[in-house]
Amino acid sequence: MTLARKFYSSKMKGLLVLTVLFVAVFGKKTFEGDQLLQITAKDEAQISLLKELSEQEHLGLDFWREPVHESLPVDVRVPFHSLQAVRAFLGYNQIQYNVMIMDVQDLLDDEEREMVKYRSFPRSTDDFVYTTYHDLNSINSFMDMLVAENSNLVSKIEIGKSYEGRSLDVLKFSTGANRPGIWIDNGIHSREWITPASAIWSAKKIVTDYGRDPVLTDILNNYDIFLEIIANPDGFAYTHSNDRMWRKTRKPNPGSSCVGVDPNRNWEVGFGGSGASSNPCSQTYHGPSVHSEPEVKAIVDFVKSHGKLKAFLSIHSYSQMLLYPYGYTSTPAKDQAELHELARKAVSELQSLHNTAYTYGSVITTIYQADGITIDWTYEQGIKYSYTFELRDTGRYGFLLPANQIVPTAEETWLALMAIMEHTRNNPY
Amino acid sequence: MLCAHWSRLRRVSSRSCCATALRSTHSSTRLSSSPERIMKTFCSVWLLLSVVELSPAQEPPLPETAEDMASTGDLEPTHYPARRAAQVALHYLNTRHGSPFRVFGLQQVHKASAEDVEAGGRKYKLDFSVTDWASGSAGPALRCSADVLFPRTERHSAPDVKLRCEALQQINRTVQEEEAFYQKHIPPDSAVSARDIPDSYGNMSEEMQPFWRLARVAASFIMLRESSENTEFNMVQMASVTQQESSEEQLMLEFVVLLHDLPSQEIVQWKLLASWSPDRGVRVLQTEWQPRCPHATKPPN
Repeated sequence: MTLARKFYSSKMKGLLVLTVLFVAVFGKKTFEGDQLLQITAKDEAQISLLKELSEQEHLGLDFWREPVHESLPVDVRVPFHSLQAVRAFLGYNQIQYNVMIMDVQDLLDDEEREMVKYRSFPRSTDDFVYTTYHDLNSINSFMDMLVAENSNLVSKIEIGKSYEGRSLDVLKFSTGANRPGIWIDNGIHSREWITPASAIWSAKKIVTDYGRDPVLTDILNNYDIFLEIIANPDGFAYTHSNDRMWRKTRKPNPGSSCVGVDPNRNWEVGFGGSGASSNPCSQTYHGPSVHSEPEVKAIVDFVKSHGKLKAFLSIHSYSQMLLYPYGYTSTPAKDQAELHELARKAVSELQSLHNTAYTYGSVITTIYQADGITIDWTYEQGIKYSYTFELRDTGRYGFLLPANQIVPTAEETWLALMAIMEHTRNNPY
Repeated sequence: MLCAHWSRLRRVSSRSCCATALRSTHSSTRLSSSPERIMKTFCSVWLLLSVVELSPAQEPPLPETAEDMASTGDLEPTHYPARRAAQVALHYLNTRHGSPFRVFGLQQVHKASAEDVEAGGRKYKLDFSVTDWASGSAGPALRCSADVLFPRTERHSAPDVKLRCEALQQINRTVQEEEAFYQKHIPPDSAVSARDIPDSYGNMSEEMQPFWRLARVAASFIMLRESSENTEFNMVQMASVTQQESSEEQLMLEFVVLLHDLPSQEIVQWKLLASWSPDRGVRVLQTEWQPRCPHATKPPN
């Protein structure tokens, strides 16, 4: 389709968009499945045939360039209900044609999206559209705006750089110095778009509720919250530009044509076990060595140098689960009873809002054996309240969760996060 | 191409993947393309080598892992062994009762147990609930029970499912919508074609919903066939649908679907040809596994 677009100048495209939009607005038409054909008649006889074709009103043909002379191409938009008939006619009469636009509606949708993007460039986090998925640029501006609007509460820390040199940023919500901390990371697996989308909403929620909600205010008066909205920006950029289903980092693997390491198999505890792959082409490739990925190393360094994180929540999708260590072994975690009970409570809070059902348990029993995962390492570092969330849904849309579910997901997840944070606050260790 | 093959090989049922890939190229009625021939040769050699590997020494039986121990007897309904088996039963349910206006999703597993059977397989007994995605959150949950038998054979073979759902006949028949949809698209000039449903943002038009559901139902045939105790499949996208010329009064649709396997996290691409009519339901006529190289960039639209 891009090839066809190259031949179709952008001026014509602009004209097409305007005209069609005009018609769309006033005629309430949809152009789904409609195609734009460019027909090349080779002689006068074919031109006559095309003129006859244009008189068949029931076909609903929309000629952009009418058949006039065999030296001039004929452009016609064919509604999809007429496609079979028109193609049959052209084929039977051996009239040459090219499909310039495979689906006019697609083109319109793309243009519409481009226009919306430029039209609504938010100037504050109150203007920001929380009900849609954003790209890296938009997320970066959100963070900067949030900090600018709440500089007494929020700051942005760079904890490292991704393989491709992007900044790894963490929002720090803090009301005082030397506090213990709570960590929440999102988007470590780049195709899990709901997680950064949900995090953006949560960031706004924190600044809105501080000073208004007594529980959150109390938490923030005693703990810092660290929120990493995109833990794998290279992968995230790749899901926008090339492959929506990309999961891993974007670091090349020497000796292989396959790129990337699973950042949730690259951690030290249980590294290299059977719950990860040693094949660089695999989605669960653990990487050449422990903490080899800069995205992972940055978090490791941060956790170690902070030294006082008390809860560590890693947000993923999909499956609707709340999981605690371990993933690499079926030996129960020392604190399993408490972690299980807290999970039960958090899930119950979550469900109370939109009746979304979650399951909960250890990683290895509930979802699958996974070796070298984040929370096994953080737990072994002494961060007792280490959990992995798997957000909506359970497989109906999977990674392609409709945007209208962003806010409901964020709202319910927030209740679970609050339950864990509140418990952490009330059970210092 | 080979790189995608490697990722498939890595899995526990890797031999079965190879065998499945071989079978699908056989069952495809088109001439196998060069990559397919290479893959077929590779697969044959690989299978041969793996057989040779096993034959000389007498291997002691592998000790049972904690995983094995856990999935015999009563099972925790929220843990993966029960859930994977229930998902298999769900795929079976959709192949039998799915339509452009009905697709079932797993709601909850209530009870589950598993036992080894003499022929060398494992049978799961399940009690679970499903909902119809087409009727939204308003729809009632349907209670089902199933026996799912995973055979233990050298080459992968499909699980066997026996299923009973209460009140299946009593849920609202969608006869009118099915008829209208059928009449709209059976005429010869209907040539539906679409890509990326839903799109990256999860958008799907009203008009595309029945096609997406049909893709999901057709994909259920593949997901059922490919399932084992080590897989958990969902369809993440209908990558494309292209209507073919109707045949014997059946809507003929060629789909490319993207399946996601939870344990391996792999995205698997299949092309398939399916027919549908209100009377005959969904039939899958051809399936073809398509390599999806992880490092390849998307071709320009």
